[in-house]
Amino acid sequence: MSYANSLYLTGAEIGLSIAGLVLLLATAWTSRSSARAITIAAVTALFGALIFNLSLANDGAGAVVFGGLLEVDAFSIFAKSLVYIATIACLIVAPRYFEDRGQFRGEFAVLMLFNAVGMGIMVSAVDLMTLYIGLELSSLSSYVLASFARRDDKSSEAGLKYFILGGLASGIILYGVSLVYGFSGTTSYDGVRAAFDADFSTGALFGVVFVLAGLAFKVAAVPFHMWTPDVYEGAPTPVTAFFASAPKVAAVAMLVRMAAVPFGGQAEAWQQIVIFAALASIVVGALGAIGQQNLKRLLAYSSINNVGFILIGLAAATPAGISGVLVYLSIYVFMTIGSFVALLMLRTEKGEALATFDDISGLSTSSPALAWCLLALMFSLAGIPPLFGFWGKFVVFQAAVQADMIALAAIGIAASVIGAFYYIKFVKVMFFDEPKGDAPAKAPLPHWVVLGLSVLVISPLGYLLTPWLGAVADAAAQALFFAA
Amino acid sequence: MIGIEHYVVVSTILFVLGVLGIFLNRKNIIVILMAIELILLAVNINMVAFSAFLGDLVGQVFAMFILTVAAAEAAIGLAILMIYFRGRGTIAVDDANRMKG
Repeated sequence: MSYANSLYLTGAEIGLSIAGLVLLLATAWTSRSSARAITIAAVTALFGALIFNLSLANDGAGAVVFGGLLEVDAFSIFAKSLVYIATIACLIVAPRYFEDRGQFRGEFAVLMLFNAVGMGIMVSAVDLMTLYIGLELSSLSSYVLASFARRDDKSSEAGLKYFILGGLASGIILYGVSLVYGFSGTTSYDGVRAAFDADFSTGALFGVVFVLAGLAFKVAAVPFHMWTPDVYEGAPTPVTAFFASAPKVAAVAMLVRMAAVPFGGQAEAWQQIVIFAALASIVVGALGAIGQQNLKRLLAYSSINNVGFILIGLAAATPAGISGVLVYLSIYVFMTIGSFVALLMLRTEKGEALATFDDISGLSTSSPALAWCLLALMFSLAGIPPLFGFWGKFVVFQAAVQADMIALAAIGIAASVIGAFYYIKFVKVMFFDEPKGDAPAKAPLPHWVVLGLSVLVISPLGYLLTPWLGAVADAAAQALFFAA
Repeated sequence: MIGIEHYVVVSTILFVLGVLGIFLNRKNIIVILMAIELILLAVNINMVAFSAFLGDLVGQVFAMFILTVAAAEAAIGLAILMIYFRGRGTIAVDDANRMKG
């Protein structure tokens, strides 16, 4: 692989880095009124990266670049496309929220760009060192994003909590990485796999467990989920939408690649951890959400719950399971973005957020279109057919059953019924309770466009995508198993 | 003779101290930042020790990366702590309780 070719295949990351640096200078040199223009430029750069990334799907499949640091294959292209789509959606809806609070700055878009670069490196890393750099690039910008509304006490507290627990998670991953390096003698994924297949000692097992525990932190799986509700509630809503979508996709993709490639020969060692985390996430996510009054907090528990279903696909440790993970992730991204954009649209004329159940009671009379969109999103999150959310759950459970994990699938399905309780409560409050507070103000057009597209994807029309989505996800999952 | 296991034991002790420093500390958030640094330094000891033991330079390169990122992380952590202090006037751990549930 020539150097020029390596540069070409990582074009999306390089392009986004340059765009980020140029826009950073532009923000520093221009006044704050240029924030909107900078956001538009960032969205354009991300669109360019998305298109370039999709164009690689035809020719650059399965290439290791820069002497084995990154791999551009169907899997990384799939994950990166989802990451870019989610980032674009969050950037489109962000300006209005920050303008309402007088805190809109160009740095927001720049941080999102650097975050996207980090996530792109995370999902295509095939060396522990690149993995670490990508992870930190994404995490460090996430900490700043969480505390972006810096005059708001909750936002700075969210940033602080995210920073401390995220730093701890990075430390745990790194400690595991150091043990993996020490016991395998290499940092490349393929080298680690070969070394572990030859000799898998207790020290190496410790390394694997530490790495998985740290990654569970990053994807917010139980028992490492405690930061999620606080950070999701405190962070500005567009940032919460972002945290729940793009970095989650990237972290899950990184976890999947880790589990399937370097630790692929030791599936029985990590499977039990993943099974425990999956079931615990589903149950804790469902039970924790029941008593919540704050809608962002509720969606935080919902995201913990969803991570549990995603991990069920990984627990199967088969190509079908990993394909299920990717299908679930794609649907999950649209459901999450849709729900958070709907929350963003729940604002008073003055721009204050309508953030609790009391605020949305009787929404169906004051804003019927929004209420019906939320109804579709909540039913889809609950996995009720004919909405598309059902398909994601179906494919991961199918993979678990095919891998002879019937008990896991049965408990997962039973626990998903508990989760349906609060999604349906959401709908009940909107449609059957008397209006209490103010009616929401008219929402701007970009919000309606993003919400409309998300609802369109998760509507029954989404099933038209299943043959295509299934084929692409299968190809992406196969890329991991061929590499092994 | 000091072998690799001595280094690993030292780094494990430092790592555990760092983790305990985060969870047992009830006073000051700056102490938590120091505990995070301690964790990263424990990893560095591991990396350099394994690197020397294996006769492989990658571990030392990795340690340089960790040092660099740790510096960036400390800068961002202190910046966030600053805006937090500006809003609250306190950096006590127990006061970080605006969100509950």
